Amino acid sequence: MGNKLTPKERLAISRVHMSERDPEVRSRTFEEVNLGLTLEEAMREAQRCLQCKTRQCVTGCPVRVSIPEFINALAEGDLPGAAEILRRDNALPAVCGRVCPQETQCEALCVYKAKGEPVAIGYLERFVADWAMAHDAELAHEELPMPSGKKVAIIGSGPAGLTAAGELARKGHQVTIFEALHDTGGVLRYGIPEFRLPNTIIDNEVERLLAMGVVIECNVIVGKTLTLEQLREEFDAVFIGNGAGLPVMLKVPGENLKGVYSANEYLTRVNLMEAGRNPDASTPIIRGKRVAVIGGGNTAMDCVRVSRRLGAERSMIIYRRSEAEMPARDEEIKHAKEEGVEFIILTAPVEITGNTEGWVESMRCRKMELGAPDESGRRRPVPIAGSDYEITVDVVVNAVGTRANPLLTATAPDLALNKWGNIVIDEHGTTSIRGVYAGGDIVRGGATVILAMGDGKEAAAALHRYLMTGETSEVEDNDTEEWFPDEEMAVGREA
Amino acid sequence: MFKVISNEILAENLHRMVIEAPRVARARRPGQFVIIHAEQSAERIPITIGDADPQAGTITIFVQAVGASTLKIVSIPAGGFIKDVAGPLGRPTHMGDWQRVVCVGGGVGTAVLFPLVKALANGGKQITTIIGGRSSRFILLADELGMLSEKLLITTEDGSLGCKGFVTTVLAELLADPRNPPQAVFAIGPVPMMRAVAELTRPYNIETIVSLNPIMIDGTGMCGGCRVMVGGEMKFACVDGPEFDGHLVDFDSLADRLTTYRNQEAALRHTAEACRIRKEEHHGQQADS
Repeated sequence: MGNKLTPKERLAISRVHMSERDPEVRSRTFEEVNLGLTLEEAMREAQRCLQCKTRQCVTGCPVRVSIPEFINALAEGDLPGAAEILRRDNALPAVCGRVCPQETQCEALCVYKAKGEPVAIGYLERFVADWAMAHDAELAHEELPMPSGKKVAIIGSGPAGLTAAGELARKGHQVTIFEALHDTGGVLRYGIPEFRLPNTIIDNEVERLLAMGVVIECNVIVGKTLTLEQLREEFDAVFIGNGAGLPVMLKVPGENLKGVYSANEYLTRVNLMEAGRNPDASTPIIRGKRVAVIGGGNTAMDCVRVSRRLGAERSMIIYRRSEAEMPARDEEIKHAKEEGVEFIILTAPVEITGNTEGWVESMRCRKMELGAPDESGRRRPVPIAGSDYEITVDVVVNAVGTRANPLLTATAPDLALNKWGNIVIDEHGTTSIRGVYAGGDIVRGGATVILAMGDGKEAAAALHRYLMTGETSEVEDNDTEEWFPDEEMAVGREA
Repeated sequence: MFKVISNEILAENLHRMVIEAPRVARARRPGQFVIIHAEQSAERIPITIGDADPQAGTITIFVQAVGASTLKIVSIPAGGFIKDVAGPLGRPTHMGDWQRVVCVGGGVGTAVLFPLVKALANGGKQITTIIGGRSSRFILLADELGMLSEKLLITTEDGSLGCKGFVTTVLAELLADPRNPPQAVFAIGPVPMMRAVAELTRPYNIETIVSLNPIMIDGTGMCGGCRVMVGGEMKFACVDGPEFDGHLVDFDSLADRLTTYRNQEAALRHTAEACRIRKEEHHGQQADS
């Protein structure tokens, strides 16, 4: 088939373009922006892959997807084969194909990169995952091994927990996921809007886990409903992936005025509770005509694009550094601009002021300039004296970041934490308590979906070793300086 | 899904519901609350756990139907199911080293006061309970509270039961009596009432604890919507509260934030009412035919 192209012929193919919903139309609906590839487009793009021996793309992937292999199967038109390879390595391929920052991971290491346009690995992953979803009945179903007789509790049904659950179920362990909210997916559902990641995708990935025998119990808040200690008594091992759910506040006057939201609240109302987008939903939201979103990460882009869809006439990103330092993915910045979002850079809020009834009316901002690089390697913003000015706003969304939620860790005194309250682990996800593993944002303080998934996969392997052999690595309880829960790194959440 | 064991009307728009929630019933301590999510399209509503029976695996909640989502909760009959019940949330009531405690409840706050009075009574405290409402119809749980308290004082604004006036009138008299000053005062009710109680006790320097019920979504500290200022510091009522030192709470900001969705709630309630009336009319017609 077409896979017998010469390298020269492969090099002659130009990178595929993802078709997108028209910005005018999409900035008023929650329907998905990226429309996916056609089979012809996907196979042609797959033929670009040189199947090089260095396989650098795999090194760049936190869950080590066998990228050249699935692309090769796709190039040959073997879609079931491609799907099988992808699903074996990645518990949530349809999610990763949509929200992973491929441009800084697998695609950044593609041999094509030297010449310009890398193979569109993310688009291909999405294509194969979506194809597999639509043709699930035709695919050979994975044979699960004999039950091991071991029970594992997973705390949190976000990307780390779902990934760990998939890995452990495949090893024959009986897995129960405990989720605090009333629906699954964690940040995938409450955080990422449907125009980037439709709920049906999350539902489908969760369904596959359930089909493997994984049990999910919603409305269980570990630390409140049950304690870690109780889980340890009832289960042979525990994985903690409960996320970094605590907003970092702006700490400027006026933060308690009506119309000021944390990104978590704003997105949860709209995404999880369907406020402002489902007429049957009872949860309210202040729509706002002039909305300012503080921050430069993907969460900030999500919020500002949501505000457009809720009908804002003016939606603004307020960011204290320049666009080059923004942690958001290039694609999110591009999409936001296309949808009419204004970028007000080198600007920080100083005070939010309200009217006599306590509603946000205006925000006083200060211009910044970039100074010497800080510990994150980015140039530090320095305020310019006397540069204050007012912006008229009626909704302000704080998207500067999140930090570790102490709800669980406060009730587990033996669990070693670093000075920011994140759980301390070794490179295998082992915590200071025997048989307890952790990963994702509760460890990292606010990172990406794919890093959380990588943690889930790594910890699942260590947890499996522990269950089968009793062997465990030792975590040193020292205040690791490894993580920087810098507010702007934290907003890189699903970047 | 959580089964509703019973659902009875205590007063106008006030229901006592017993719900099967074994894990919550086992873990719960006085002062804690649950988040109730009646159905997919409903809001998540924080409601104080009124009582719990760990053996039976049930919790009791008192629900005042004031908005669209609370109307949905109380409309679920015994034998029906609530989609989600999550908890217990918040910090349990801190039991101080007091002997004499005054508990003040206003309106539906009286229902929230009940588990507290019960816990204090179990702790062997001498309790004076003051409860008030607009009229006798709004006086809740008087018998139950009377059994647990050394003294029960009732006030109504129209004088239809107990003393005519406000709970604060009676509390002021009690505080002015130097013979047996209370060592702590708990106040649960509408914001103006809690503020008034805190102002009354301030000159006497009596520890005053109020239970706050701001707007909330997740109840786990994630959204920050329930932020309140206490002693100049930002606190989240869901994880740091719901009980706080009444002398330190910024009641102005609390009261103001509670009005955030007033207009939207009114519109929703209007729709819900209209739906209910249409349904009733429809049923009426069916019955007539």
